[in-house]
Amino acid sequence: MALTETPMQAEKAQTIYEKSKSGRRAAALPAAEVPEKPLGELIPENLLRTESPRLPEIAEPEIVRHYNRLSRRNFDLDSGFYPLGSCTMKHNPRLNERVAALPGHARLHPAQDPRRAQGALELMWLLQESLSEICGLPHVSLQPSAGSHGELAGLLLTRAYHADRGEVRTKVLAPDTSHGTNPASVTMAGYEVVKVATDEVGGVEMDDLRTKLAENEGEVACLMLTNPNTLGVFDENIAEIASLIHEAGGTLYYDGANLNAVMGKSRPGDMGFDIVHVNLHKSFSQPHGGGGPGAGPIAVSERIEPFLPRPQVVRRESDNGGGPTYDLDFERPKSIGRLRGFQGNFGVFVRSYAYILSLGGDGLSEASETAVLNANYLKARLAEGRAGERLPIAFDRHCMHEFVLSGKPMKRELGLATLDLAKRLLDFGFHPPTVYFPLLVEEALMVEPTETEAKESLDAFADAIEKILAEAETDPELAKNAPYTTPVRRLDEVRATRQPVVRQKFAD
Amino acid sequence: MTRYTSATPDDRRQMLDAIGVSSVDELFEQIPEPLRLGRPLALPDGIGEAEVYERLAALAERNADAEEQVSFLGAGMYDHYVPAIVDAITSRSEFLTPYTPYQPEISQGGLQVMFEFQTAMSELTALPVSSAGLYEGPSSVASAGYLAMGATKRRKFVVSRGVHPHSRETLRTYSVGYDAEVVEVGLEGGLTDVAALAEAVDGETAAVFLQNPNFLGAVEDVEALGAAAKEHGALLVVACDPITLSVLKPPGECGADVALGEGQPLGNRLDFGGPSFGFFCATEAQIRRMPGRIAGETEDVDGRRGFVLALQTREQHIRREKATNNICTAQALNALGAMVHLAWLGREGFRELGELLVQRTAYARERLAGVSGVELLHEAPVAREFVVRLEAPVGRVLDRVAERGIAAGYALGREYPEYEDGLLVAITERRTKAQIDQLAEAMEAAITAERGALANHEGTKAPLAGGAA
Repeated sequence: MALTETPMQAEKAQTIYEKSKSGRRAAALPAAEVPEKPLGELIPENLLRTESPRLPEIAEPEIVRHYNRLSRRNFDLDSGFYPLGSCTMKHNPRLNERVAALPGHARLHPAQDPRRAQGALELMWLLQESLSEICGLPHVSLQPSAGSHGELAGLLLTRAYHADRGEVRTKVLAPDTSHGTNPASVTMAGYEVVKVATDEVGGVEMDDLRTKLAENEGEVACLMLTNPNTLGVFDENIAEIASLIHEAGGTLYYDGANLNAVMGKSRPGDMGFDIVHVNLHKSFSQPHGGGGPGAGPIAVSERIEPFLPRPQVVRRESDNGGGPTYDLDFERPKSIGRLRGFQGNFGVFVRSYAYILSLGGDGLSEASETAVLNANYLKARLAEGRAGERLPIAFDRHCMHEFVLSGKPMKRELGLATLDLAKRLLDFGFHPPTVYFPLLVEEALMVEPTETEAKESLDAFADAIEKILAEAETDPELAKNAPYTTPVRRLDEVRATRQPVVRQKFAD
Repeated sequence: MTRYTSATPDDRRQMLDAIGVSSVDELFEQIPEPLRLGRPLALPDGIGEAEVYERLAALAERNADAEEQVSFLGAGMYDHYVPAIVDAITSRSEFLTPYTPYQPEISQGGLQVMFEFQTAMSELTALPVSSAGLYEGPSSVASAGYLAMGATKRRKFVVSRGVHPHSRETLRTYSVGYDAEVVEVGLEGGLTDVAALAEAVDGETAAVFLQNPNFLGAVEDVEALGAAAKEHGALLVVACDPITLSVLKPPGECGADVALGEGQPLGNRLDFGGPSFGFFCATEAQIRRMPGRIAGETEDVDGRRGFVLALQTREQHIRREKATNNICTAQALNALGAMVHLAWLGREGFRELGELLVQRTAYARERLAGVSGVELLHEAPVAREFVVRLEAPVGRVLDRVAERGIAAGYALGREYPEYEDGLLVAITERRTKAQIDQLAEAMEAAITAERGALANHEGTKAPLAGGAA
């Protein structure tokens, strides 16, 4: 391939600090208006800053140009197909941005008296009710800031629940293929992880589960699961798993990463789960923002409710014929306490509630149906031709909202690693699938198209894979050195860890 | 109704044929029959965009926001002016809709923003290493506890009561999991009691937590207070307000090992409490124990400058149960808002903003202290917030002042029973001299009215009407 530099590649990356020039500025601040005193009279000199932080000095037009240029060095969901497995990259409706920006939401202070924030509290209560119905569990706390924060909440709830019964349990079971946040949360909650083996369908290996329960009798606090599992397959043994865990005295935790497959079709509460976290930035369309913000509300069963974080949004019926009122309840003596400041990521709640209103109950289950249809269609397309030979499906049966391919034959026969395929896809204008996860599949590619993709996009993606595999048969080096067209080419990630440069160095 | 999907009946038929099934229901047969919901969700059917807008606008209408009220509420989140370019830049699809930059070749924009943001936070705090962003303030405090335990192998935290009550409570919530003990040290004259702090810190202490300015608005002598931590080999963790770092001595120059805080005042909306971001900076010694994403500079195969996620071996997706934290997000969009706001302020503007706050806050404090029935809770120096004591019940005064379209401040009673009569008043550049004067007048009227009501009540023994404490 001819290595002509693209214009964007030719443009050397410059930070905003490198564009700074003393004396330039953007902000015009109001005058003090009040009688001024020397700073040293108001605050002792020894507590004052002597040197201003070296922030950029730059005029507004150049700030705008700088960040607009940077934005063009990003690939994003609005520009193209983004089948990142387990991340549910569905369309982010702009209506939700509009309603979140209404001053009644955006400029509402979190410490406003609840009597003067009735609309916000009602919205939170309505979202709680909606999530409760979707999860099949009676109580919801919106407080956790992300999925991993929800996991920590769930484990601290588990701890409080057992402690309330006078029990000390020290171990949490998690599949060896679980998402990395699961074991990390277990450690932060002061538990020890006990790995449970995964069967060839990606489900819990039932014999191993029984063994681990027997080996750790009386010590198992919880089992953390994702269902559909990381292979995109519904674990048919879930009812039996639930009864085994409950008989052993543990709680069952549902990682909601894959909820987009089953909205309105099957509910974690009905499967026997006690605690569920919901990623509002996945199933409920909050934009991912390049890695946050999100929110990770939790839904719980009756027995876990007393321990929910505080404050909790409550609805009070009027005793004088008026409408209901909403309040923040701090008087929760068994609560695990706060997990963060104020009431949670309210701006995310507004967007997700707007999304739920837009789709409705019927639309949510239709979204899951279309997500599953799209995934199975793309899987069928990738079972044809070269992909079918070089990238076999990890387990060949109907999938739910995502599926996993193995690049093992591709690597063996063409010398192409999954990473190479992923990098070559960038030249075709696609975001690659999640790679090297789950760990149980060699050279894994995890593909989640979501319901908001058109058939044409799925076809184009399958065609691109076919083309990459075809070109690799004659010239495998092409993919091994990809990408060619992106703002930068393959980067030295090892150096960034061995000799980290994590901030701008200044000459002065 | 809106579906945000493209599949037509014809598409569906073609796709089902390709899959080799006759209906979508067949695909769901892998769910055991008893676990299928078998009924529609008990939620209303979907509605159109205009109707959703009206529904949400009607809810928003029932909130008293800072656009309609003159707000002196602070307590960690402040009604600063967010420049228009923040909205313009953060709403660009290229920043709004990507995922975490796992494919750096197509994420250079977001990664460079992280690098610029880390630099800015390092400059503000005078500490060399910055995370790309944590969830928000209080959970960042709890994450510092986890870091300190890893660094010291100790399990005791000494926390000033000047630290935000939400941060203290969050630290306690997390500490149950960490199996750590939390010891609180009280305040004296608005400031952390230095003798009590020195007494509480010992060889078992993993970290000492301070906040500057503290929750009562007082500017602490962090260096003096931190001496106890240094003496016993505990880490010094300082929560700070990013805006006042423009005028106050940065924690890195006061011996802090970790400086962190709530990022909302930088380029983020109030949003009834979130989303915002937490900043988290530390000394070089802690770089491999840091929580969260960190971007680093590197080169591509052709020698071009580029940015990647650095030090990923700390993180959950690699280290699993041995990770330094479970966090998996960077609040990237919120951090971008902060970076654009800081660039807009610039080196000069940032300092001017801090000085403006100090001047207006000094004026407001003096003005309110001159109101009959109002006195200062402490005389310690303040920067952007201060506490007054009221001779009338705080809740009732707040209600009366609210009738004039003013949110007078944050009642301390729930979280500080020792300051039942305390009101925390915050100033931003949006609060003009005229508004401060209005607040003083409204407070005076409210307290006079309350005194009258009380005198009347004592005369008649009639129950007091309305208002809630």
